[in-house]
Amino acid sequence: MLRLLRLILIMWLLCFSGIANAAEIRVAVAANFRFASEALAKQFEQATGHDVTLIFGSTGKHFAQIQHGAPFDVYLAADELRPRMLEEDGIAVGGTRFIYAIGKLVLWSPHDDVAATLESRLGRGDFRFLSIANPTFAPYGRAARQYLQSVKLWATIQPRLVRGENVNQAYQYVFSHNADLGLIAYARIKLPSSGTVGSYWEIPSTDYDPIRQQGILLKDTPPARAFIAYLRGEEARAIIESYGYTLP
Amino acid sequence: MLSEADFIALWTTLKLATVATLILLCIGTPLAWWLAQTRSRLKAPCEAIIALPLVLPPTVLGFYLLIALGPAGPVGGLMQRLGGEPLAFTFTGLVIGSVFYSLPFVVQPLQTAFASIGTRSLEVAATLGASPFDRFFTIAVPLARPGFLTATVLGFAHTIGEFGVVLMIGGNIPGATRVLSIAIYDHVEAVDYASAHWLAGGLLILSFSLLLGVYSLNRHIAVIRP
Repeated sequence: MLRLLRLILIMWLLCFSGIANAAEIRVAVAANFRFASEALAKQFEQATGHDVTLIFGSTGKHFAQIQHGAPFDVYLAADELRPRMLEEDGIAVGGTRFIYAIGKLVLWSPHDDVAATLESRLGRGDFRFLSIANPTFAPYGRAARQYLQSVKLWATIQPRLVRGENVNQAYQYVFSHNADLGLIAYARIKLPSSGTVGSYWEIPSTDYDPIRQQGILLKDTPPARAFIAYLRGEEARAIIESYGYTLP
Repeated sequence: MLSEADFIALWTTLKLATVATLILLCIGTPLAWWLAQTRSRLKAPCEAIIALPLVLPPTVLGFYLLIALGPAGPVGGLMQRLGGEPLAFTFTGLVIGSVFYSLPFVVQPLQTAFASIGTRSLEVAATLGASPFDRFFTIAVPLARPGFLTATVLGFAHTIGEFGVVLMIGGNIPGATRVLSIAIYDHVEAVDYASAHWLAGGLLILSFSLLLGVYSLNRHIAVIRP
């Protein structure tokens, strides 16, 4: 029995030392940045030989996990607030915060439609369900709420508002035709490879606070630093823009 | 403390669990009775199908339900043709999901209870001229009382504990599909731990009381039974 326990302990330690030796970078990625980050990780891996593991989820969920010691090296959030809070709490590495993308909110339908029609459909209530990300912890959901409040639809629309856990689930609800319209990230539908699916109407940027997506370093290791530096470089910026983001 | 939204979530949850349990008892009782009596070759496949939610991740059920209940799916499409509405993101949709999800928790205790009655008392009643209907309601149901209690409580409690399926087909609509487990998840995501503690602690105590009640009562019934 004791020998078995010792064996398990040794195996366990071996596992962890293995992780420490391999240059693996764990990146917590905001759901909307999924496809762009996959392209970026691929290019970075080819250039450096490091392994990049991407973990997707809502910015709020990652924030809660990081506060409780989740083993991520880099945090790519969908807002400025949460990286700043981590920096102020001393959980993230100070002075490494930067805007890696500025997102756009669009009203999307999977069908071919005229953009102006989409806007009037929303205003007229000509839909059964409108899908958004959860405003409490997903930045695109927050932007969607700000827009709906600014056009005075927020209160009346409540019974027909479905909330996805993150912006990708909000997209999925519309994609599966369970909701007719969605307020989602432009990047979710603007894929360099396939073009835009369905039709969309760009929400006026004056109707919601800019979605400045910030990244921050959580563990100060050379590979993680290299990844951050790569994200700020010209090559990465071109990729990010090709996925429908703007940059400062 | 609890907000108004939390109370609405509590109400939705209790309503969902009650409706689902009532439907489950209506479906589960004849099903369990048949399974306990039959020698049909269909018995094993039926038992396997009913037990599926025990082993499948809720995401599998959620995924299929999302497709089936949506406007393009068989159930949602049928509803639309009948002049109704597709069922995803509705309370009815959650009830359907819960019935599938909690089916084994109702059928299995009932089946065990019916099987343990044995054939003797039923045969005696038959020779005394009791109809099958009569035998079922005057002998099987009273003798299977502990099974009914267990089935009701487990079906109810398991529906309250549902999360994965609701996350996938619910859409988090207050008053319709935002149940307690989702409300807790939201509070944790929003780092509102105080509210999360209230709800999670309350649910813990409720679940424990329900189970304690059923185990104590069942022992009591078992003791007084001849």
